[in-house]
Amino acid sequence: MFNASLKQLSLQLAEKKISSTELTTEFLKRIKALNPEYNAFITVNEELSLAQAQAADKMIAAGQAGPLTGIPIAQKDIFCTKGWLTTCGSKMLSNFVSPYDAGVIERFNQAGAINIGKTNMDEFAMGSSNETSFYGPVKNPWDHAAVPGGSSGGAACAVAARLAPAATGTDTGGSIRQPAALCGISGIKPTYGLVSRYGMIAFASSLDQGGPMAKSAEDLALLLNVMTGFDPRDSTSLQRDVEDYARDLQKPLAGLRIGLPKEYFAEGMSKDVESAIEKALDEYRKLGAQTVEVSLPNAPLAIPVYYVLAPAEASSNLSRFDGVRYGHRAKSYGDLADMYRKSRAEGFGAEVKRRILIGTYVLSHGYYDAYYIKAQKLRRLIAQDFAEAYKQCDIIMGPTTPTVAFNLGEKSGDPIQMYLSDIYTSAANLTGMPAMSIPVGFGDKNRPVGLHIIGNYFSEAQMLNVAHQYQLATDWHLQSPV
Amino acid sequence: MTLSVSDVKRVADLAYIEIDEDEAKETLIQLSGIFNLIETMQAVDTSTVEPMSHAQSVVQRLREDAVTETDQRELYQSIAPQVEAGLYLVPQVIE
Repeated sequence: MFNASLKQLSLQLAEKKISSTELTTEFLKRIKALNPEYNAFITVNEELSLAQAQAADKMIAAGQAGPLTGIPIAQKDIFCTKGWLTTCGSKMLSNFVSPYDAGVIERFNQAGAINIGKTNMDEFAMGSSNETSFYGPVKNPWDHAAVPGGSSGGAACAVAARLAPAATGTDTGGSIRQPAALCGISGIKPTYGLVSRYGMIAFASSLDQGGPMAKSAEDLALLLNVMTGFDPRDSTSLQRDVEDYARDLQKPLAGLRIGLPKEYFAEGMSKDVESAIEKALDEYRKLGAQTVEVSLPNAPLAIPVYYVLAPAEASSNLSRFDGVRYGHRAKSYGDLADMYRKSRAEGFGAEVKRRILIGTYVLSHGYYDAYYIKAQKLRRLIAQDFAEAYKQCDIIMGPTTPTVAFNLGEKSGDPIQMYLSDIYTSAANLTGMPAMSIPVGFGDKNRPVGLHIIGNYFSEAQMLNVAHQYQLATDWHLQSPV
Repeated sequence: MTLSVSDVKRVADLAYIEIDEDEAKETLIQLSGIFNLIETMQAVDTSTVEPMSHAQSVVQRLREDAVTETDQRELYQSIAPQVEAGLYLVPQVIE
């Protein structure tokens, strides 16, 4: 049951071999037993989960079940969930029981899915190791000395450790793909605008995008079918025809042109990662694809550009946390400004403060053109590089991360080293392109390696096809640490 | 570009985050490193490039000027740090 795909679980529920209440109870038991070790969940609420399961069982009995009805899904604690503590990994929101549901939560509720718990994450999604969480670090199920990645570290751990059949994540600079790679699971950040940001606590609004994390590309397709769709409450939500993201899964890959950016196969990638990626590319050649070298000359600037734009947007978004309407308020203070200053100093952790300060600085008078506008210009050059590359290929591949999972504590004192673990992933956020990671083997210390697949805008169905065909020919995605 | 402790304090003040001398010194070291990384942007000539503010070039949607929200004041204020008579309380601002 714990290793079953979403399709298998759905079939078992439809054939009444198991009820959603039984399935949910089994996962809750597993979380209760194993979460103290992993720390993948911040909040578990058996009562609320089981009430949803009972409702799902009624839907199934009434013949109203969809593909996800009755299936437990772990929700990242960045999605506002009515009646649930929603902390975003921060002390600032450690008392915030959301009065409303995020668009993504509404969609899962309408589909009859079960919220099995809220997953741990880096504070306000700012981090690549889950170590900035107010609720403590998460362990990598493959090696408890290693980080799970971040910011969706709890989500990746929950899926890899089989504490949940699937999970949601969000990705601003790599926060779905990097932890998916480090925990040996599959995850996709869709094209910007496909998944509603309503009720998804904002970090950097022009980069943030929600997406699913699961054991396989096939599962991701089913989850995307539920998660995506127009939401008028999100001003950047795209109005498009409804798609079935599973429609192309079975297509053969003969003739597929895979672009390999030379900048991503240069120094910086460790030998063990390179070897696993090369083997995966050989498998793709066996499946009939051809590889072509492409160039993304401005790609190395993605990290500096990202660390201007993301903090700039964050400094604006996080100004709402002032201790007036909700969230943490300092116990003692003088005037109003002092209340703001103390509440924010106490409520935010070191990394969040650092990014607010960077953002405030680059937006301040006299520096705006030199940093913010400069970064926006480079953002365009990076997007143009991708547009050029897609003239020579259908899809782009490379490593998701330069190394396998690092040790807990190894980089937490060095922000720049931490930032560089998103060196391959942040460009897809700057351009808004869809990108995913799938497991393709193991590197040093038997820690997982992820293959990064970047698609052109709205090519999710094709990317999932490309990932699924690989997963039909290999079994890396079926391997589990537990 | 060289940052100073007083720059860090000024920015913290703009961001409404209380910071003491030791924290400001520690933050200065880290921000200086991050700005060294950011400075690598300046190597590329972008004089003829238009800034890109957003991933998708879409226009702002408009909607009918109609009431879409219902009154949920009690629910929303139930999670506020301090309310009285339907108002959010903060330290006195006007003398």
